[in-house]
Amino acid sequence: MRMPKLTAFLTATAVVTSALTLAATAAEVHVLNWKGYGADEPWAIAAFEKATGNKVVNDFFNSEQEMLTKLRTNPGLYDVVMINAAFNDQAMAEKLIQPIDVSKIPNYADISPDKAGSPMLARDGKVYGVPWVWGLTALAINEKAFETPPTSITEMWNEAHKGRVVIRDDAVEAVQFGAIATGQNINDIKHMEAVKAKLTSLMPQIKTFWSSENDWNQMVASNQIDIGTYWSGSADRAKTHFKLPVALVIPQEGAVAWLDAFSIPVGAKNVAGAEAFINYMIDPSFYVEWVTKVGAPVSANTKAVAALPEDAFNRKVMGDPDVAKRIQFQAPITDAQREAYLALWQELKVNVK
Amino acid sequence: MAGQVATGSRSGLRSALPLLLPAYLWLTVAIFLPLSAMVFFSFMTELPLAGKAWAFTLANYTTFFSQGLYWTLLLASLRLGLEVTLWCVVIGYPAAYVLAKVLKGRSREAIFLLVILPFWSNGLVRIFSWAMVLREGGILDTALNAVLPFKINIDLMYSYPAVIIGLVHSYVPYMVLTCYLTLQAIDDSLIEAGRSLGASRLQMLRRVIIPLSMPGLVAGAALIFVPVVGSFMEPRILGGRTGTFYGTVIEDQFVAVFNWPLGAALSFILLAVVLVILALASPVLKRAA
Repeated sequence: MRMPKLTAFLTATAVVTSALTLAATAAEVHVLNWKGYGADEPWAIAAFEKATGNKVVNDFFNSEQEMLTKLRTNPGLYDVVMINAAFNDQAMAEKLIQPIDVSKIPNYADISPDKAGSPMLARDGKVYGVPWVWGLTALAINEKAFETPPTSITEMWNEAHKGRVVIRDDAVEAVQFGAIATGQNINDIKHMEAVKAKLTSLMPQIKTFWSSENDWNQMVASNQIDIGTYWSGSADRAKTHFKLPVALVIPQEGAVAWLDAFSIPVGAKNVAGAEAFINYMIDPSFYVEWVTKVGAPVSANTKAVAALPEDAFNRKVMGDPDVAKRIQFQAPITDAQREAYLALWQELKVNVK
Repeated sequence: MAGQVATGSRSGLRSALPLLLPAYLWLTVAIFLPLSAMVFFSFMTELPLAGKAWAFTLANYTTFFSQGLYWTLLLASLRLGLEVTLWCVVIGYPAAYVLAKVLKGRSREAIFLLVILPFWSNGLVRIFSWAMVLREGGILDTALNAVLPFKINIDLMYSYPAVIIGLVHSYVPYMVLTCYLTLQAIDDSLIEAGRSLGASRLQMLRRVIIPLSMPGLVAGAALIFVPVVGSFMEPRILGGRTGTFYGTVIEDQFVAVFNWPLGAALSFILLAVVLVILALASPVLKRAA
């Protein structure tokens, strides 16, 4: 008596699933990105779907390694993937992403030449990544703790802030931060011992290691910290949208800059939809709304940045040529380097106990 | 008699097979196979993804012995396990005794519910609640300063005590439950007999109640010690800069650098160490039990 019911149920499920699959193949764009990072904003998806008829399906990753694994293990599933430019090389070498025909992306012409011409995104005259946004890993301060904002990275070592300093729990970021503090090139660290010594002396200052924007914002909200490493886009969000007393400081010694770009995986089923989606993501209309409603890093599209108000942080501070001179863009890191950085970072964390 | 028991149990096994099958099938599919895969990974140089070349190696295991870092962390984690277990006994055993021997009826049910309650809430929620209580200017700090005539500054957040508090809170129900079961099984007439023979309260506890409830204490301790040694979530969130333990390092290998082989090797070393400790302790515990 149960069998026919079960069969009927299974058949029904099968029919529904195949119907869904049919609808899916019509025009779906599968996007792989960080969660809460622009591409999954409901208003943006609605606008894109209305304009192009493509349906957006979002999937997320929690680390670059996870993103690469998802591409490796699901060939043909994703149409668009957001890759930090420092990882583009690895994705291309593993044949996970394909060259992009930029003539199909009208907004590509407005991308600032230094970003579009980044050697990390193009190889043999072919474009493997369309620059989307860039930002800094710099310092941010709790404005309640400072009369005047500090200008030097050495403020992190100031005894006055003992036990009220935070740094992100990320080996690569920590080591590159140490490189800047010791006046080295973040992509070619010659004196690892100096970095280690500098970070060792920072450890007694640390309150905790943060891992998400929420950690940082909560600690500022409850006035537990004075200063720490932070991302430029996040500091902007904390100030404008959570109304927290947070200000970004780009130290005179410099800061780590990163560039995020969109790529199209090998075997993508809807390349036209992917191109349309990337075009929309770098469009000024999307960017201005993203900055105003949510807070965002700096667009790689010059017209998008120009569409912001004069005094907008992403235009005034981040666009300052003086800042551009100080920052260092992250270059690719080998697996061996990453493991060495982690070993160093873990050692520092263990010795502090 | 012995033969009878043997044939009885054999036919019992046959009839029990359909009952056992789902559980064992589930264990095979959900636990044994992934665990075997992890054993396999732990001997590899590289995960075999996207046609990457890999080979068998012992390097992941030798890394543990060649770097003092992992030893230090393992010892720290074992100490954490012991301390948490100890606090769970101190807090859980008296509670279990009261539940089993003192309270009856409705009040027992109510207290029981309070003990079980943490089980019903998500682990992360519990930890973040502790974060609100323990920090400077948090609930504990504010409440104490409101009551006490002098000013004290309580900032337990991001410290070793905070990790202990969070873990004890998460695991104390295990101790209460296991001890409750054995304490409840103690025949009240034994206690009355001891009393009538003139034993003091302390003697009763030492000579009658603790020995008889030892199986529950041992089971609770094992249930708590093993997961606490490998814990990573509580230390990471509550421990701040002192929150690096063996478990958090394993998590880093899986999540941050994607070095599954090393992460798997470290996990199996932990498993081995824990098994050795339990094996060494078992004669002592058996005698005690």
